[in-house]
Amino acid sequence: MDPAAIIAALLALGGAVAAVSLRNLIHCALCLVLTFFSVAALFLGLGAEFVSFAQVMVYVGAIAILIVFASLMTRDPGTDPARAHEPRAIRPWPLGLGIAGAVTGVLLACVGSSRLLPDVATPATAPSVRELGQELMTRYVVALEVVGLLLTAAMIGAVVLAVREPRRPDQEVGR
Amino acid sequence: MTPLQRYLVVSTLLFGVGLAGALTRRNAILVLVGIELMLTAANLNFIAFWRYGPNPESAAGIVFTLFAIAVAAAETAVGLALIIKIYRHRRTTNLDQMDALKG
Repeated sequence: MDPAAIIAALLALGGAVAAVSLRNLIHCALCLVLTFFSVAALFLGLGAEFVSFAQVMVYVGAIAILIVFASLMTRDPGTDPARAHEPRAIRPWPLGLGIAGAVTGVLLACVGSSRLLPDVATPATAPSVRELGQELMTRYVVALEVVGLLLTAAMIGAVVLAVREPRRPDQEVGR
Repeated sequence: MTPLQRYLVVSTLLFGVGLAGALTRRNAILVLVGIELMLTAANLNFIAFWRYGPNPESAAGIVFTLFAIAVAAAETAVGLALIIKIYRHRRTTNLDQMDALKG
């Protein structure tokens, strides 16, 4: 890894930690943008230019903005004071951190001890965007069409879910 | 440590942070943020394996990542629409208070 990749990796990890640990939702979304940009830089360093630009456009341009919009449209009033003192069966913080730490530890041990990984880097001759487009339109055309269908269905589904339904006067709408 | 292993360590840590966020945060939007971080870590793994694998001239690794990004976008759109719908109905995004099956 060259120094640029190390900096990008550190920024990605720091942004990720901030994105899941800060209290303000907008700050979380902005730190998420930092992480996505850094991962896009990592992709650039690995020679995957098109994926890097797709990452910036989709994650930074669409998903992060969606998350900002969603956090603006919802306002978390915090825990209901009447229910704040209910005893919990399990304590969520240590349990979640413990599970995540255990999974990370197992994965790190696997990465560190694996003998299956190739240890010499073959010289990179990354496919150009032109070749990528030709592959997408010939060999992977069925997958491309299915993804297009999936995106259309997801868009329609999201609109149908989020649209505000008109209130009927005879029906008592909950709260 | 080979370069591939360094990238795998970075993606593992990213995955761990995302998993910790998805498991410990109680705001539904932040759980979705954690899931996005895990998906990004998976994409980083794909690209690292493609680059340091036996044949980086093949387009398969890049195409796989592109499809993963598209599916992640669809998942986020539907997930946020569900969160907004639940918020309209129950006036909360706290997962601990979304504990009723009755509407």
